[in-house]
Amino acid sequence: MLEGLLPQILVGLALVLLVIGVVAARRRRPSGRRGATRMKDFEAMERAGRTAVETPTRAERDKGEEEEEGEEGEEEAGPLPETAEAAAPPRPSLRDRLVKSRRFFAARLSEAFGGGVGEDTWEDLEAALIQADVGVETSTKIVARLQVAAKERGVSDAAELKGLLAEELIALFDSVELGRDRALAFAPEPPTVWLVVGVNGTGKTTTIGKLASDLSHRGKGVALAAADTFRAAADEQLQVWARRSSAQLVRHQPGADPGAVAFDAFRFARARGLDVLLIDTAGRLHTKTPLMDELSKIRRVVEKEGSVTEALLVLDATAGQNGLAQARKFTQAAGVTGVVLTKLDGSAKGGIALAIESELGLPIKLIGVGEGIDDLEPFDPKTFVNALLS
Amino acid sequence: MFDTLSGRLDEIFTRLRGRGRLNEKQVDEVLREIRLALLDADVSLRVVKAFVKDVRERAAGAEIHKSLTPAQQVIKLVHAALIDMLGKEASGLAHADRPPRIILIAGLQGSGKTTAAAKLARLLKSQGRRPLLAACDLQRPAAIRQLQILGEQAGVPTHAEPDAADPVAVAGRALALSRGEGYTDLIVDTAGRLNVDRELMAQLAQIHDALDPTETLLVCDAMTGQEAVNVAEAFSSEVEVTGVILTKLDGDARGGAALSMTYVTGRPIKFAGVGEKLADLEAFYPDRMASRILGMGDVLTLIEKAESAFDEAEAKKMEEKLRKADFTFEDFLSQMQALKKMGPMSQVLGMLPGMSKLPVGDMQIDEQLPRIEAIIRSMTMQERNNPHLIKGSRRSRIARGSGTSVQEVNKLVKQFDDVRKMVKMMSSGKAGGGMRLPGGLKVPPNLGL
Repeated sequence: MLEGLLPQILVGLALVLLVIGVVAARRRRPSGRRGATRMKDFEAMERAGRTAVETPTRAERDKGEEEEEGEEGEEEAGPLPETAEAAAPPRPSLRDRLVKSRRFFAARLSEAFGGGVGEDTWEDLEAALIQADVGVETSTKIVARLQVAAKERGVSDAAELKGLLAEELIALFDSVELGRDRALAFAPEPPTVWLVVGVNGTGKTTTIGKLASDLSHRGKGVALAAADTFRAAADEQLQVWARRSSAQLVRHQPGADPGAVAFDAFRFARARGLDVLLIDTAGRLHTKTPLMDELSKIRRVVEKEGSVTEALLVLDATAGQNGLAQARKFTQAAGVTGVVLTKLDGSAKGGIALAIESELGLPIKLIGVGEGIDDLEPFDPKTFVNALLS
Repeated sequence: MFDTLSGRLDEIFTRLRGRGRLNEKQVDEVLREIRLALLDADVSLRVVKAFVKDVRERAAGAEIHKSLTPAQQVIKLVHAALIDMLGKEASGLAHADRPPRIILIAGLQGSGKTTAAAKLARLLKSQGRRPLLAACDLQRPAAIRQLQILGEQAGVPTHAEPDAADPVAVAGRALALSRGEGYTDLIVDTAGRLNVDRELMAQLAQIHDALDPTETLLVCDAMTGQEAVNVAEAFSSEVEVTGVILTKLDGDARGGAALSMTYVTGRPIKFAGVGEKLADLEAFYPDRMASRILGMGDVLTLIEKAESAFDEAEAKKMEEKLRKADFTFEDFLSQMQALKKMGPMSQVLGMLPGMSKLPVGDMQIDEQLPRIEAIIRSMTMQERNNPHLIKGSRRSRIARGSGTSVQEVNKLVKQFDDVRKMVKMMSSGKAGGGMRLPGGLKVPPNLGL
């Protein structure tokens, strides 16, 4: 059957080889140079970001203290992590919503801890972690650490072992010393710009709607930039959220240049004296170089006149190990500062969050736990881990 | 897609190569590696266990072929097991006893239902059918608008009731309409729902009952992790899933969810979404996918695409030229145009066997091609047909004309010559055991057909 096709195949292969050969030889020079500049850009960007971040956060807090009590009360209900430190008891709703995931996980754990602690226990434990999308490598690491810790402390009781596992998991989140970075950063001068990025279908637009609503409730003026000019009706979807959250929407025609939308929105927000600009971008697979370049451009364009203090990667909790690749590529292109883990109200455990934090040092800042406008919460490792294990 | 899985298996088998007969300990080692690779590829643990068990049994009962190396035998076994799990052959949509054929689209939020529905509508229309889209996602803001716009782009009408609140009723009316107006197919888009959401899952069952669809297609994101089994289980226990659409396959996700889905539902993957355009929906071929998982490349897809892109007589002539190495820049240019029709070069390359090892993604081939084209187009016809003429002032003229540098022109001419010689060797079957490409890239030995 292949016989008749041989000429086509040969020609195809030969051409492909030619192309590879020619391109491979040519690529060294230009891409090498470009890569170097990019790295520098990143470092500079990061440095700039850091300085911009520290001061405003403090300023914001001071401002908050000076203002009347009533507003503080309001802030406590909000999802933004900056209040998480102040609000000691976690909202019960997270537990409620995680109840299903907990049930699955707990069932598996009690299986693991059912009998005495033996070889099977460790294997089951590793399996449970793998099934939570933690990944083989990280799971093995956690179990190895748990084994050492259990031996040291002479733990042979299932309940104690569970407590120890919780400790280990929390330690993994804390070991990267990201706790302080979970707060969303504001710019010293408004408007603060937060860029929201991610692959298709993770919940970027919904997350923006929730964020906008929360910011509005805190009395901040919010603008939304409909820079997803690709997906059909994406701007209309954002418009619905803008109405629900009383935010202002800036949009162009479908197919317009997303950088231009972002830039216009920035000028609009500044002219109107709005506090925060949230930029919605089109979902894109992290493997598509031109689209990722477009993202870099959006950021660059806005940074001509303002500063992007947060580039939030929206990650679907059902994502598997590919989540790591996404986090890497989006960080390269858009300088991701934190992750929003969405759809945690399902039975997916979002275990890839562990790997992303421990391997890439990217803090998980927010979690999405439903389709309602209030279903966005600060990510708190303790609550998260405890809710999973209890 | 599946890149790392291919890579992992490649690694294992490279290590196995040159060893003698497999003993049990080695089989264990291979199986452990396969387990690891599959887990890394997001195949759900339960499915991995079943798969590994299956392979072990096959290995035990397998006849030993003297003509195959142990590595080849394992590849054959794993390949066959993968195909069995992915479904034996490509399966199209079932036919309805009487029109319209009703296709219900369901899945998690963000899996790509609306896009898949529109792509399917476009595909059916291109086959001469008369499909109708029904917008039954009343949950997500602007979901109806999205489907309407995509429907317009596909040239397919959409039944939408923006103010309706009950998707079951909308579905019912869409069905009546499609019957009354003689549509051949009704494609029903539904809201995304979590598999643990009792209420919405029950609603899906109601829509299903109201429609009694010919096909109920579960849309699954290729990047899904372990959760794939739970999703597949929940949806198929609520409605009778008849097939799967695997979306976002154009990314680099290893796509283990494909295995999990087919294992749990026992239903085939009917379509694969491979891009953002409406035309980017392909039939799903289990054998090709299995080959791809094993790093054997997706040669069949390549052949199919090549068939439609190249004229056969033309191809024969080119082949002759390649064999004799009198392939010229002019030929290269014209063939490159044909190759372009097969899709982005990076995608075409991904289908070649063993290419998962090459840093194709980093080469930005599609960005580089226009420069190469510019250089060739700046040559005179005489130069294109006689590359050896390109020297001295011709070089600088070409560089100026194409906005490149003399060095770049030089390099292209040199590479072209090298590759031409190499292709000649390859097509005359002299090269074996891998060969070195200019640029330090090695072509794996299994590339030859």
